[in-house]
Amino acid sequence: MQKINVTLLSGRTIDQGTGKEHGKTSQKYYESVAICEVDPADLETLGIKEGTNLKVSTEFGSVVVKAVKSMRGPHPKIVYMPYGPWINIVANPQTHSTGMPSFKGIPADIEPAAPTERVLSLQELLKQTFGKE
Amino acid sequence: MPTIKNVTCPVCGTFCDDIELKIKNNKVIDVKNACAMGEAKFLSYSDPHHRNLKPLIRRNGELIETSWTEAIKKSAQILAEASYPLLYGWSSTSCEAISVGIELAEEIGGVIDNTSSVCHGPSILSIQDQGISTCTLGQIRHRADLIVYWGSDPYSAHPRHLERYTAFTEGRFQPSEWKRYVSRLRGVIGKKKLERASQLALMEEISVPPITGSKIPPTLETEKERKLIVIDARRTHSAEFADYFIQVEPNRDYELLQALRMLVKNEELEVDEVAGVPVDVLEKIVDVMVGCKFGVLFFGVGLTMSSGKLRNIDAALALTRDLNFRTKFVIMPMRGHFNVTGANMVSIWQTGYPFSVDFSQGYPTYNPGETSTVDILSRDESDAALVIASDPVANFPKNAAQNLVKNPLIVIDPEKSATALMADVVLPSTFVGIEAEGIAYRMDGVPLPLKQVVKPPRSLLSDEEILRRILREVRKLKKKPRKA
Repeated sequence: MQKINVTLLSGRTIDQGTGKEHGKTSQKYYESVAICEVDPADLETLGIKEGTNLKVSTEFGSVVVKAVKSMRGPHPKIVYMPYGPWINIVANPQTHSTGMPSFKGIPADIEPAAPTERVLSLQELLKQTFGKE
Repeated sequence: MPTIKNVTCPVCGTFCDDIELKIKNNKVIDVKNACAMGEAKFLSYSDPHHRNLKPLIRRNGELIETSWTEAIKKSAQILAEASYPLLYGWSSTSCEAISVGIELAEEIGGVIDNTSSVCHGPSILSIQDQGISTCTLGQIRHRADLIVYWGSDPYSAHPRHLERYTAFTEGRFQPSEWKRYVSRLRGVIGKKKLERASQLALMEEISVPPITGSKIPPTLETEKERKLIVIDARRTHSAEFADYFIQVEPNRDYELLQALRMLVKNEELEVDEVAGVPVDVLEKIVDVMVGCKFGVLFFGVGLTMSSGKLRNIDAALALTRDLNFRTKFVIMPMRGHFNVTGANMVSIWQTGYPFSVDFSQGYPTYNPGETSTVDILSRDESDAALVIASDPVANFPKNAAQNLVKNPLIVIDPEKSATALMADVVLPSTFVGIEAEGIAYRMDGVPLPLKQVVKPPRSLLSDEEILRRILREVRKLKKKPRKA
């Protein structure tokens, strides 16, 4: 399966901002955060459409999120995920002795997720990561 | 139906103070002037689906309702018995609550850290090294004629920053960018129409050059209206409002900042491009910067979270200092939460240090990298934690969050956050700024009051009251009666 090497950025989006105010367990938060914005050219290379499940992997882990076409291109090979529990599975925890993990500019691979892999809900993701409900 | 005016908005660091709320039957029913985030908070805070109304305690792996007395006792017991407890969060509560929190940290010999350690912590470290040339947002609103946002997307994170303080506000001495933006927008719409018409007529795409971003408009240096430049690793929403957008390659901000410093000092760059930006573009940007009367550089976590971290801020502060030899320039971090600045302020008053303060030796010590939350958790050193007004489980890297969750965890939060779902004791509090009063600091260090606009549910206590009760209980356990 096609795989591309990209740089992963993370940050706030206005939907993430309003989603968190609707509640971390709300559908709105889930829909605004469990996503990855990909340049249209990269989506074409992967041979997938917007809304497909996308697997994002870094040396720290991998997570499945929905692929979203980036509105603000062109920025090929740069993908963007909003702050939230999903990006943190793949974020770089290295702080270089500053207290600050490296949430931006993380080398990553993106590929279409296998048919058996789906985007986990917040509760499922927490259960998988922490073993608590 | 009462309308309450001049309400401050307890969401982002812009901390708007002009919100108007209509209240009916002790409920907010209408919000004026707020952005999408503020409106969402005021209208949906009381949604029972995402808040707890009773204290919870974990028994046999499940969170079940309990009494306040038991929940407070259990929390005090966890904290008093821990040898290296962590008290984390604080940026979305009032200064009064933070003040009690620091007292509690001292009492239990723990580490107290606020969210700036994963936000603008590197900026603070750098400001301590370099010093900062800054001012209040009011000065910027009335006087600044050049606005630069670097690694910050105010449209997404501080939605009213542009309209209240920078590009789109009419200052007393400085007209806004508004008219130029509207005419540019007309151009963009015209261009889209032209593209669509050509697609329909010729059934093929023609390329029309972009309206913004390709080159600096020649009039930019001479125009009286405020100018806006956005510098970021990707084209953000805010870039659409800018007169000029520079796309820097990820993790190469430091080089670009240093290149700009060289150009400000009239030195020559012997390369064609820096961090993906052609040098002739940089030269023109520096001309605009040097040519302005009052410039301001707002920087976001795009600088503090990418490679270089505090060194990026060193370069940005130094660039501002260099520019001040030739014109007037100030710099300001775009602080995220409404009271993260207040968390630093209170921490400085009471301990001498702004964040990551360790009381384990009986006196405050400060060494980010060692005493900062993510590092403590990554090394798995803490053995219990109290999290207040923040959601580290949703916002920390996986291994740090796993080590936080595996030890006893107390959460004080009005919302059912991801951290609250993982907690061992949940102490639900009132929403400060809606159901409780307090003081918070805007991003430029101006203190403003948080108003109480509705009565809280009877079963809930404020953050400050919960902390006072825990502190009292901890002192009882330690048998050191003091005034709580």
